[in-house]
Amino acid sequence: MRNPEAYKLQICTSQFFPSVARLVVAAFLISLASCGNKHGMEKINKSATIQVKGSDTMVNLAQAWAEEYKVVKPAVEIEVSGGGSGVGIAALIKGTISIANASRNMKQGEIDLAKKNTGKTPIEYIVGYDALAIYVHKDNPIEEITLEQLAQIYVENGTVKKWSQLGIKIPGAKSDKILRVSRQSSSGTYEFFRERVLNNKDFELGSLDMNGSKEVVELVGNAKTAIGYSGMGYATGHVKMLKIKNSDGMTCLPTIENTQNGNYPLARSLLLYTLDEPQGETKVYLEWTMSEAGQKIVAVNGYVPIPPGKTDSIKIQL
Amino acid sequence: MGDNQNSVLAAEYPAISDSKPVSRPRRPYWVITAERIFEGIIRLSGVSAIIFVLAIFFFVFKEAVPVLFSDNFNITQFLTSTKWYPTSAVNVRYGTFSLIIGSFSVTILAMLIAVPFGLGAAIYISEFCNKKLKETLKIIIELLAAIPSVVWGFIGMTVMSKLIVNFTNAPVGVNLLNGGLILAFMSVPIIVSIGEDALKAVPDSYREAALAMGTTKWQMIYRVLIPAAKNGLLAAVLLGIGRAVGETMAVLMATGHSVHIPLSFLDSIRTLTANIAAELGEAPAGSEHYRVLFLTGVLLFCITFIVNLTADLVIRGVRRK
Repeated sequence: MRNPEAYKLQICTSQFFPSVARLVVAAFLISLASCGNKHGMEKINKSATIQVKGSDTMVNLAQAWAEEYKVVKPAVEIEVSGGGSGVGIAALIKGTISIANASRNMKQGEIDLAKKNTGKTPIEYIVGYDALAIYVHKDNPIEEITLEQLAQIYVENGTVKKWSQLGIKIPGAKSDKILRVSRQSSSGTYEFFRERVLNNKDFELGSLDMNGSKEVVELVGNAKTAIGYSGMGYATGHVKMLKIKNSDGMTCLPTIENTQNGNYPLARSLLLYTLDEPQGETKVYLEWTMSEAGQKIVAVNGYVPIPPGKTDSIKIQL
Repeated sequence: MGDNQNSVLAAEYPAISDSKPVSRPRRPYWVITAERIFEGIIRLSGVSAIIFVLAIFFFVFKEAVPVLFSDNFNITQFLTSTKWYPTSAVNVRYGTFSLIIGSFSVTILAMLIAVPFGLGAAIYISEFCNKKLKETLKIIIELLAAIPSVVWGFIGMTVMSKLIVNFTNAPVGVNLLNGGLILAFMSVPIIVSIGEDALKAVPDSYREAALAMGTTKWQMIYRVLIPAAKNGLLAAVLLGIGRAVGETMAVLMATGHSVHIPLSFLDSIRTLTANIAAELGEAPAGSEHYRVLFLTGVLLFCITFIVNLTADLVIRGVRRK
């Protein structure tokens, strides 16, 4: 028979040992990490932190910039957070951040408040564009749509409910009813669509409200009778983007050129705001986001960069 | 001999002979204190459930209450209107009727599927199968109950939705039918385990008596066992309903998230729970929208409370017998 004391001891060690091992590993990792830091610290001295806050649409882009900027200029730390365009602008007015991201323009009230509170003038920089594409299933024969038709599909008590009303018969579809795919009401894309297409009227209820840009495109790709809206960067092989027909009969696809030259109606600017002319590192960072390297990141993230040669007109003093 | 023994006793135990009261040996103080502390802790954990429920109800209600006095809000509209426009730019309306119908329709569908399956499985496990199979089945059913709801939702979104599109003429696979099936899968294990307990609680003498009267096994089950265990079986069903009404993640993923009164099994719906989960995160704290969502929570709390209370009263009925 086993000596109970020895047995107890064995239990103790067997329970204890893994945690010791874990501790050792953790300590090792920490020391490695701190070594890395020390090495870094010798070379660079964190000289500045730039606080950036605002639009959820832009938060991925802002993160990507911050990541890349670490490589470009390790001494400067960019802290990015989301919360929405309004939150970012409010923080800028309070003076707690240096740069506000916004996917909408500052309202006159906000500009006045900023001037009153801080005595400084907000400055707006256009750093790129986001185009909202209208997606249908790839088998759908429809090629173009007007904003009026789109509004009648989506608006409360709208008149267009069936594809046949648009003169469309979808091959292989089991139903004629238009399956509306939308976003949940908290989404900025939802608000943008409501503002531009529905003139701020309400959506008809009963659409499938997805909680991400990608989900919209995925669902439309799986349902033949569906229509949906999402950022142009989310296109896949299962969906088709529609051309939008202007009132003068011109049709255009959401392409980079059509967004840059202003022909595509469902495009919005991605904006940065500062108070007064930025100084020091903030100024350098802003210039970098508008440089070729910064604009490449805009394109990589599925947005539309500013056309080269137009970079001088992107700064507006409010 | 007797005297001798007495004197020995008197020498060894003086207390017996001179009958003076002597204090009993006491346990050390720290043992007594520790005992008291543990008693307190155990008592606290017993009462804590009550405290938690009351506190949760209080906080949810406290967040919701200011909206009841708001000008934009009207309790009749809240309960009977189908127009859910919490973030409208022109006309904010808070009508949860389609969400209530959504919750009820998916629950009823789930129960229509789960109750026959669940009770059938309970009867089979309790009455028909041999001991080895019984143990295996019970373990597997417990395992089924342990699958997280997000995994069920994922199954609904991927596997089930494809099957539904293939076998019906639904334009999209995330709908009432999908949500109902997923919820049925989730409630069956509860119905089976509680239903089986209820059947097991019926004394064997009932079975023996019935069989001795010359009934077949089937007659014994539906004429004797089910009436005898009916309260327990009803409680099993009600707890299944409670599970289905309160479920969030799976229905959020499987029902298509569409504010709409369903006209067929293939329509997409939105439930009260899914609506809270989807919108609360981004409703600014303290705003009207936020408070209305909390009010929806109160509504949900009331529904599940009624279901659970009914289940509890029914179970108590079982015990009284």
